[in-house]
Amino acid sequence: MSREFQQHIHDALADSRLQNAVYTATGRLKDARLAVVSDNVLSDYQELRTQANALKRHAIDHLDYYLEQFQRNVETHGGHVVFCQDATEVSDFVLSLAKERGARLIVKSKSMTTEEIDLNERLEHHGLESVETDLGEYLLQLAHERPYHIVAPALHKTRYDVADILTKRLNVPRETVPEKQTALARSVLREKFLAADIGISGANFLVADSGAVVLVENEGNARLTTTAPKIHIAIAGIEKVIPRAQDLAVFLKLLARSATGQLLSVYTSVLSGPRRSGEIDGPDEFYVVLLDNGRTRLLPNAERRQSLYCIRCGACLNACPVYRKIGGHSFPWVYSGPIGAILTPQFMGIAREPELPFASSLCGACAEVCPVKIDIPKLLLDLRSEAHSQRSGFEKLTFRVFAWLACHHRLFALAARIAARLRFKVGPIGAWLSQRDLPPPPSHRFRQLWRQR
Amino acid sequence: MTSREQILQQVRSALRRSEGQTPPEPPPVRLHVPEMTLESRIASMTTRLEALAGVVHRVKSPQAAGAWIAETLAGRRAIASNAAFLRDCGITQIPGVRSGITDREELRQLCATADVGISSADYALADTGTLVLLSSLEARMISLLPPIHFAILPATRLLTGLDELFTLVPNPSQLTRSVVLITGPSRTADIEQILVRGVHGPGLLTAVLVG
Repeated sequence: MSREFQQHIHDALADSRLQNAVYTATGRLKDARLAVVSDNVLSDYQELRTQANALKRHAIDHLDYYLEQFQRNVETHGGHVVFCQDATEVSDFVLSLAKERGARLIVKSKSMTTEEIDLNERLEHHGLESVETDLGEYLLQLAHERPYHIVAPALHKTRYDVADILTKRLNVPRETVPEKQTALARSVLREKFLAADIGISGANFLVADSGAVVLVENEGNARLTTTAPKIHIAIAGIEKVIPRAQDLAVFLKLLARSATGQLLSVYTSVLSGPRRSGEIDGPDEFYVVLLDNGRTRLLPNAERRQSLYCIRCGACLNACPVYRKIGGHSFPWVYSGPIGAILTPQFMGIAREPELPFASSLCGACAEVCPVKIDIPKLLLDLRSEAHSQRSGFEKLTFRVFAWLACHHRLFALAARIAARLRFKVGPIGAWLSQRDLPPPPSHRFRQLWRQR
Repeated sequence: MTSREQILQQVRSALRRSEGQTPPEPPPVRLHVPEMTLESRIASMTTRLEALAGVVHRVKSPQAAGAWIAETLAGRRAIASNAAFLRDCGITQIPGVRSGITDREELRQLCATADVGISSADYALADTGTLVLLSSLEARMISLLPPIHFAILPATRLLTGLDELFTLVPNPSQLTRSVVLITGPSRTADIEQILVRGVHGPGLLTAVLVG
């Protein structure tokens, strides 16, 4: 395990305030989800998951077709589609458009994809002001932190942390009541919305047959971001495309339920193109950036491809006993929890993040709650085996010896007797024992009992 | 090669597909529209919206809707959309209600200073307490910038749920650039998961069902 990863985990485990905040918040989200997917509330929940999985599988298996169809339909409505391979191509596109239009102020609604490519930093580096407008994201931008959780980005902050951030960064009197803190952020951001030249959003779904970008949110900041400024740019991973608007009947029922335990999020916007003739408001220009950034690397392997089905609901984070202890910032990239443990090594290459697939107890809770039925434990094992094949030496040898012993029962019995007498305190097993107690060897071994019966 | 060509080519070679190869039909979506009387749809809409701290108010006629709005506004500044139904209800004639705006900048200024935004809705969804805005006559700012939102619609427009909506309107983007589903007042729980209403959108929402 890398020193950095280990240190993050240590710090998170040692911070009792953080432990409490994360455990409580994820627990609430977990319970909220459970309350709206139970049989008496949504009898066809399992059927919906099966449909969602089949739709995603179909879309990803024919991705090129649906991307082209999506582009054609966006263009029919007067919008533009821009394909980008990486972070630099996205920021170059936004920067050149901003320069051409003389834009200086950008408002942003929450998007994990733009977190992935550090878009704000890139834009600000070139003198543009780029303001996050989701409350949690705004607070984190002020605090210079990355999201702690896919749907509840500031889940680790208490109201007192928020008071510190607002006082320090906005130079306002200290306020510790969440309602007043929210009102304060609202008034600051309202000015930004009305003055902004460009609105940048993510996308929950891209609808191929409609050329539409679907945004799901609770605050109204995504609606403002995509309605107030004269230019709207949506930035989405290529895997977000679904075939038909009708498919939303499946996905919308699952997304809010899985994420926050709502039947639907407060606002669902299905946006296609710039404002049309006769429409009074809405942007004059509409762009959809389709980003690869490593996604095509996941496509060749039919099993691993399913990682791209993820709709970013965050349910696997809330269900994961590991995430709930080590928290979001222990993970090396923007995607945390079980989904982060499979996405990050695949996007970046297993050589860069070989430990991540091991940050799991393989209990299967993630797969049980996943609304699109991604078999996360299976992919974790698959990635472990890949990481393992790149490892050298001791661990490989240990398992080979174990496998050999397990096939030779007399020797295995002998080894078990010896092992029971030994106390491992040093070496790799010593490290393992520093977090766990080895149970005392039983007085009667199973084999003995078996012989005596 | 452009980035577009490069990405599409990578996708095709990874999926072993050739250019222009048409996929089979996507798996069918089973849309289920239950039998529900108008009264039970209204009851469900009311329960769902009230659970989100929204309000459902029912009136007998368009005139009654207009009268209720006039009384409830009590002189506050309001902006109403250009939907014909609001005119039929007599809402656009209420003193203090601005309507008929067609200029984007003027609309934005009015919405930013109004106390109340009044819109129609094309449909509502009973099983989630949702309002559906499809009409291109409805400026979206009206249901977004003012702190209070009133949405007026004929009770017969109350559908059972999402499945019925997508049965009736399989491709809503053909009708408007901006389809909006509104389920309760704007809210956040980003600070300690404490629920706060009226973050960027209206904190108070009333659906007025006519008939």
